Amino acid sequence: MARETGVWLYAITPEFDASRLPAVNGVGGAAVRVVEAEGLSAVVASVDLAEFGEEPLRRNFEDPTWLEATARAHDGVIDAVSRLGPTVPVRLATVYHDDDRVRALLEDRYDDFWAALRFVTGRTEWGVKVYADPRAFAESAWSTEASAEGGGSGPGTTYLHLRRAQLSAQQAAEDTVAAHAKDIHAALDRIAVTARLYAPQHPALPEEPGRMILNGAYLVDDGCTDEFASRVDSLAAEHRGVKLELTGPWPAYSFAGAEEEARP
Amino acid sequence: MPANREPANLADILERILDKGIVITGDIRINLLDIELLTIKLRLMIVSVDTAKQLGIDWWEHDPWLRSSDRELAHENELLRQRLSALEYDRERPPPIEAESEVIDERSAEAEDRW
Repeated sequence: MARETGVWLYAITPEFDASRLPAVNGVGGAAVRVVEAEGLSAVVASVDLAEFGEEPLRRNFEDPTWLEATARAHDGVIDAVSRLGPTVPVRLATVYHDDDRVRALLEDRYDDFWAALRFVTGRTEWGVKVYADPRAFAESAWSTEASAEGGGSGPGTTYLHLRRAQLSAQQAAEDTVAAHAKDIHAALDRIAVTARLYAPQHPALPEEPGRMILNGAYLVDDGCTDEFASRVDSLAAEHRGVKLELTGPWPAYSFAGAEEEARP
Repeated sequence: MPANREPANLADILERILDKGIVITGDIRINLLDIELLTIKLRLMIVSVDTAKQLGIDWWEHDPWLRSSDRELAHENELLRQRLSALEYDRERPPPIEAESEVIDERSAEAEDRW
């Protein structure tokens, strides 16, 4: 029986010389190629439907090892392509029956794709993750409050005083941490063209101190890259007890929705 | 263009390529709701995968939710059944002589009521 194949879509770009296509392999190790229509290029690769068809995908998605390899391959192709010029990344696991269907897509969504491409042209996505340990803020607040509340009463009352001080210190610490996150985001957002916030990620290991308090993606004009990076550094210096991590350059994953427009 | 990006954290990649990217409906459809639910589960664990790998831990290989082959589930069921019958056997034996606390008696009385 002939092997059934599908066409896995990675990214949409303005038409470009396919010989410039980087030598990267896509998901499942397949070589990447280009399908063209209407002045647009779709970066694609053929995939075996036994692995990347609907049912196999559903199953494979639950296998972290498979998912990691596939996610990294998908990202690897898009990352390489995005270094050639404006690129609109396509979500993981977008598969077509054949090249004709991809050409039809380029024709049907012509306006959307061009709008999305214009929006990301000359801009790069950067990620900033901010970490803080609320307990560190709570402990300092708690020890001051606890000593201020002072003794003179029975052990029960003292316990309640301490407990109340501890709880209000925890709340205060959470507020402090949230304020740090808000300030940092606002400062970076001012330099960026636009920003998107992701849910903070879970700590890697429970016993690790600190947790993520901000997980932002920022679309930055390429002319402002240095300004943005040095602002990340200066924010780290301004906010004590808080750690900033800059990631990127990313393909404009977080800003590729065709509905996105520059903000007013 | 700035230098190449450091090998990225898997969680950073996944949140970008699953949640975002231009939304196009392919011919082969993955239920988006399935993906959303999956992303939640992944958010809870995938960062740990990166770290765990560095530490040489591979607990997910044994997590039945992740490797839900019938065989492993059957194996786990068998183990649970064995433990259950061991516990039931224990319950039928008289309590140890110096079972001093009343709490134990109350608990087993409660258990009797439920059975």
